[in-house]
Amino acid sequence: MFEILRKSLGTGVVTTSYPATPPEVSIRARGRPEIDWANWKDARPAATICPTGAIDFKDTAVARTASLDLARCIFCGLCADVDKAIRMTNVCECAARSRNDLMTSASYSLRPDGTHDRLVSPPTTEKTQHGQLSASQRESLEVIGEQIKLRADKIFGRSLHIREVDAGSCNGCEVEIVGLNSPVYDIERFGIHFVASPRHADMLLVTGPVTRNLELALRKTHNAMPDPRLVVAVGACGCSGGIFGQNYATVGAVDAVLPVDVYIPGCPPNPHALLHGILLAMGRVSQPSTSGQVT
Amino acid sequence: MNVLSSLQPILNEVKQRFGERLNAVVSPRANEVYVHAKMDLVAGFCAHLYRKWKARLVSLFADDARPSDGVFHLYYVFALDAAHSFITLRVPVSPEQPEFTSLTNALPSVNWQEREIQDLFGLKLIGHPNPRRCALHDDWPEVYPLRKNFELRTKLPPFEGERHHFRTVEGEGVFQVPVGPVHAGIIEPGHFRFSVAGEPVLYLQIRLFYTHKATEKLFENLPVQHCVRLAESISGDSGFAHATAFCHAVERLAGVEVPPRARVLRSICLELERLYNHIADIGAICTDVAFVTAHMHAMRLKERVLRVNETLTGNRLLRGMACLGGVRFDWDHDQLKTLAQLVAELKPEFESLVKLIEGSSSTLDRLEHAGVLKPEVARDLGVVGIAGRASGFDHDLRRDFPHAAYDQVKVHVPVYQVGDVEHRMQVRIDEVRESLSLIEQFTARLPNGPLSVELGELPADSVALGYVEGWRGEIFHWIRTAPGNRLARCKVKDPSLQNWPAMSEAILGNIIPDFPVVNKSFNLSYSGTDR
Repeated sequence: MFEILRKSLGTGVVTTSYPATPPEVSIRARGRPEIDWANWKDARPAATICPTGAIDFKDTAVARTASLDLARCIFCGLCADVDKAIRMTNVCECAARSRNDLMTSASYSLRPDGTHDRLVSPPTTEKTQHGQLSASQRESLEVIGEQIKLRADKIFGRSLHIREVDAGSCNGCEVEIVGLNSPVYDIERFGIHFVASPRHADMLLVTGPVTRNLELALRKTHNAMPDPRLVVAVGACGCSGGIFGQNYATVGAVDAVLPVDVYIPGCPPNPHALLHGILLAMGRVSQPSTSGQVT
Repeated sequence: MNVLSSLQPILNEVKQRFGERLNAVVSPRANEVYVHAKMDLVAGFCAHLYRKWKARLVSLFADDARPSDGVFHLYYVFALDAAHSFITLRVPVSPEQPEFTSLTNALPSVNWQEREIQDLFGLKLIGHPNPRRCALHDDWPEVYPLRKNFELRTKLPPFEGERHHFRTVEGEGVFQVPVGPVHAGIIEPGHFRFSVAGEPVLYLQIRLFYTHKATEKLFENLPVQHCVRLAESISGDSGFAHATAFCHAVERLAGVEVPPRARVLRSICLELERLYNHIADIGAICTDVAFVTAHMHAMRLKERVLRVNETLTGNRLLRGMACLGGVRFDWDHDQLKTLAQLVAELKPEFESLVKLIEGSSSTLDRLEHAGVLKPEVARDLGVVGIAGRASGFDHDLRRDFPHAAYDQVKVHVPVYQVGDVEHRMQVRIDEVRESLSLIEQFTARLPNGPLSVELGELPADSVALGYVEGWRGEIFHWIRTAPGNRLARCKVKDPSLQNWPAMSEAILGNIIPDFPVVNKSFNLSYSGTDR
C-alpha cells in the first residue's frame, strides 16, 4: 500500500491539458496531408501511389477535377514522397460532422500532356446536394440543423457514456481508444466514460470496415441504445472502408449501416484526434476548417 | 542444388525413404525446399518428418492454380528448427474431385486451417471430426471466395442472422453463458460460449472470423507495393511485424539483399513493437485482477514508447515505416538520442513496475495456477509465441531462423514449464528486459549506408516464404507471384490462429470470472486470425 502511494506520488500528474493546450504530437508525426492546390502540377503520380484512392481525379477533354478525401486517407505519406506540392502536416485534429466536409476538390484546365494548366475553380469542400434544394428549403434545413445541434449540446454537453464496437477493424484503432483511458489522456476528466452495455450508452464509437459477419451485431447494439444517441465512425476504415473498401466480406463504411454523426479520420487516429472527435460530437469544441489552404 | 548443410542430410534421408513417390524436389532458397507429391503420401510424410526430424507443421493452406496448372495445390509447411530450414510439401487436388484427407485426428493443430480451406476454396474435407464452417459463418451462400473465378467485389445477399448451432453440454445444473461478439471492454469481436456447472467451466466453444474482411483476396487485387500497406492492417498491434514478414517474402522471392542499416532499423522497430505491447499486456493482466494502479503505470510507459515511435517513424504504431527492399525513413542523431533516452528511462521505470506487481500478493494469488496450459497439450496444439514459451515450447524465430539483423545478436529465449497466467506474464517481463537490451545492442552497431534497394520486376509464378517473430509469436507470409508485379496468392499465418484453440483447453476447470485474465494473458489477435 505504502509502495503504491509512494510510486503514485513520485510519478506526479502526467495528464495532458488538451484541448486547452495544443495536441502533443511530434513534429515528425504524419497527420493530415496538405496540397498546394494553386501550384499542383499533376495529380496523376499522387493518385497512382495512393493505396486507398484518397487522392483521385476525373478528366474531361479539357479539364481535370482533382480531389483529396481525408475519410479514405491512411496518412502514409507516399503521395508527399512523389509530389512536391503535397506536404504531410502533423495536424491530427480533422474530425468532421459530415463525410463531405472531409472531401476537398479543385478543377484545373488540362494541357495535352496531362499536366495541370491553371486552377479553374479553387479548392472547395463539397456540400451535400445543396444544388437540388431551393434557397428557402436550405435555410429552413440550416435552422433545423442548428436547433438539433443546440439540443445535442444540452443533452450531451456535460457527461457522456460511450459503447465501443469493433465492427471489423484491425485492432489499431482499439489500441489508441484504450489509450484514452490512460492517465495521460484521462478521458474521464471530461465526464466521459466507456461502458460495457449499449443500454447505458449515449454514444456508439465504431471502428473498422463493417464486415458481413458483424453487421447484425452492430445493428443490434445500436438498437439497444436509448435515444438520443450519437454514432461516431473512427479511422479510415470506419469513415470510408479504408484500404478494404467494399468487398464480398465487408459492407464498407459505418455510414452504410448506421447514421453517423461525426467522422474521425486517421489510421489509426491519434488519441488527441479521438478526443477532438468525441468532444466535437458532444458540441464541446468546434470543427476545424478542412477546406484547402494554399501554403 | 544449393541447400543449407544442416538440411542436406535430412533431404537425403527423405529422398531415400520416399524415393519415386516424390515427384520433384525444388529448392528456391538455401533454407526453403519444396517437395511435390500425391495426396496419398501426405499422412506418411508428415508422420515421418514429425517423428524422425522433430518437424513442426507451421502452416497449411491451399492455392488455386487451375489457370496455370489445372489443379488446386495444398501446401504443408514444416519448420525444422534444429536445421534452421523449412520443407514444404506440395500436393495437387484435381478440380474434378475437389477433396482432401484431413490430418486433424493425428495433428489437432491443423483443425481450423483445414476447415478454412474447405470454406474458402470449396475443397471437401474427408475424415475431419468436425467439418463445420468456420471462416464463413453459417448464413453465407455457397461461395468459395479464394477461387480465382470469384470476384473480390461480389455483392452477396444481405445478412440474414445467426444460424450457428452450438454444441450442448448436458447434465444436472449445467447451463450456458454466451459472451460476445460485442464484448464489455474495448476489444475485438468474437463469440465465447461457456458451459458451466456452478462456477467451473466444463466446456468452452470459441466462434471467431467475425472480422473476416477478404484480406488474402485483396492481396491478389492490389499492386505489390500497395500490399505492404495492406499487410500493416492485418493485425493493428503487429502492423510492423506483418508488413516486415510480407516484405521478407517479396525480397526473398526477388533474391535481393536488404542493406545492413535497414535490417538493423527493422529489428529495432520489431523490438519497439514488442515493447509497447508487452508493457500494455502486463498492465492489462493486472487490471483484470483489479490492480488498477499497476495498469495505469503500464499505460503511462506504453504511451511513452508510442510517442517515441511517432518521433522515429511518424506514426505511433510504426505504420508507414516498412517498405519493400528496406525501410522508408532514416533516423538522425536527435532521433537516436530520443530512442537511447527511452531505453535508459524505461529500464528503472519498468523494474519499479515489476516490483510493484510482485509486491502485491493479492494480484499474484489470482495469477498463479490460473488458466494452466500443460506442455503436452501445448505441443499437440502447436502453440507458439508467448503462450508456447510459458508452456515449455523452446522456439523463437529470432534465434532459430535469424531474420532482419537478429543474426548479429544473441537472443535469450525465456522458457517455463508451468503454463499458467503468471508465467505468461513472466515471459513478457523477461522479454521486455531482453528487448531493451537488444535495442541498445542494435543502436550501438547501427551501420551507415542506404535504406533500401530496388526490387525490379518480380519473376512470375515464383513462390517464397517470409517470416518474422512478432511479439505474439511467429508470423508467416507465403506468396506466389502472377505476371506484371502482382500476386496470385498471399497466405497470411498469424500466430493467433494456432493459439486460439489452446484457450479452450486452458480455461477448463477455471471459473468464469478468471476468463478475462486468462484471455488477456494469451492476448490473441482476432483480426489476425480472421483476416
